[in-house]
Amino acid sequence: MDFEKLRHGTELIKRGFARMQKGGVIMDVTTPEQARIAEEAGAVAVMALQAVPADIRKEGGVARMADPEIVQQIIDTVTIPVMAKARIGHFVEAEIMEALGVDMVDESEVLTPADPFYHIDKTQFTVPFVCGARNLGEALRRINEGAAMIRTKGEAGTGDVSQAVKHMKQIQGEIRALAGKTKEELIMVAREIEAPIELVMETAKMQRLIVVNFAAGGVATPADAALMMRLGADGVFVGSGIFKAENPEKMAKAIVEAVNNYDNPAKLAEISKGIGAGMKGISVDTIPVEEALQERGW
Amino acid sequence: MVFLMKIGVIAIQGAVSEHVDALKRALAERGVEAEVVAIKHKGIVPECSGIVIPGGESTTLCRLLAREGIAEEIKEAAARGIPILGTCAGLIVLAKEGNEQVAKTSQELLGIMDTKVNRNAFGRQRDSFEAELDVAILDSPFTGVFIRAPGIVSCGPCVRVLSRLEGMIIAAEEGNVLALAFHPELTDDLRIHQYFLNKILNC
Repeated sequence: MDFEKLRHGTELIKRGFARMQKGGVIMDVTTPEQARIAEEAGAVAVMALQAVPADIRKEGGVARMADPEIVQQIIDTVTIPVMAKARIGHFVEAEIMEALGVDMVDESEVLTPADPFYHIDKTQFTVPFVCGARNLGEALRRINEGAAMIRTKGEAGTGDVSQAVKHMKQIQGEIRALAGKTKEELIMVAREIEAPIELVMETAKMQRLIVVNFAAGGVATPADAALMMRLGADGVFVGSGIFKAENPEKMAKAIVEAVNNYDNPAKLAEISKGIGAGMKGISVDTIPVEEALQERGW
Repeated sequence: MVFLMKIGVIAIQGAVSEHVDALKRALAERGVEAEVVAIKHKGIVPECSGIVIPGGESTTLCRLLAREGIAEEIKEAAARGIPILGTCAGLIVLAKEGNEQVAKTSQELLGIMDTKVNRNAFGRQRDSFEAELDVAILDSPFTGVFIRAPGIVSCGPCVRVLSRLEGMIIAAEEGNVLALAFHPELTDDLRIHQYFLNKILNC
């Protein structure tokens, strides 16, 4: 085989992988059995984790990358892509996940950050990365570091979709506000939001992020997933919402169908019938700021 | 009202907008007016003069194509001779037979092409690549973008092999149906979309 002719890990290949996930649902799983349920339901990928965010929140302590043994088992079980989380700034955890054959690394605020100042230099990896963002500046800083996909941070493990809505609208509002600005005004915006000027200008021109933008952090029902799609998300991550629901199989299938039918209320009504209760969840209002996961990352 | 030709892009999941854009640009390039529609539900495929099945996750595509009732419509369109282009996951969906990876997920393939496919024939995402390809229908190399790409392992006598890489068939044609293991919609090169439009316009 002549591998010299093949170019691996280029920006096109990394961003292209993220684009193939569009219109899909990525589900958090902690066991091979859960991964199989997700694949069967029609998930486009699974996120392999030690514990779902709702449990990480409950247990406290330092949350780290998942046990490589479990990640390996999940990779061996399903044929769809497997993603896994690394701590913010923990490039060695990311390297370990890449070595295992994980298809995308989530540098995630759900885990305890490993670096108080810097995120991972994602351009150094062959594997693509997804990162969370609450606003345009954060999104563009992550893209500048090499992220191939952005997702809203929302507030993971709560089952409360309000923060995902807030972050999606924030990013889109900031992009809309770039339209019609002169070059010098865009330079001013770049300084204010602490983002590279080239990316600000490209975003202004395209009127969307240059990589796909998924919704995450609190999506718990088919209606939540459809809401995020209606707000312009390219796809949806569902964390605790599936395996903390009363009937994970039904909930997983319903959320996949809801994302495909997000603009059809009559169909959404059918899809939402008889699927059992969603995760109980916690209202974001009751979470003290110092316990909010979205505050992690810079 | 003037009848406007419709070309449909199956919009269940994956690189849908990229194919819609590429088709629109290809149509503009040759000055042909046609409507490019994204298809999520049944009832639209029978009105189309050409169908694109884009890349994405083939398990998701196959399940939802069946659940939404689009799978049968595509089979009927293919039988009527409507040109169909399948890229990446689309190449899997079109096949008659899959390897054990495909069988494991009990995907229902459409069986439109007499091909046997291997899912993720080139490995996982870290093995994904770009490469310059010789494609029989083009007179100079084409940049192929391979993302967890499938390959055709074997095919029937009616299938014309258009390109091979590392022992896999990566582009093939069977009458009105064209299948590619790579993603022409991710590059600016419109030659393959133009070739597909030729098929539609000469139909």
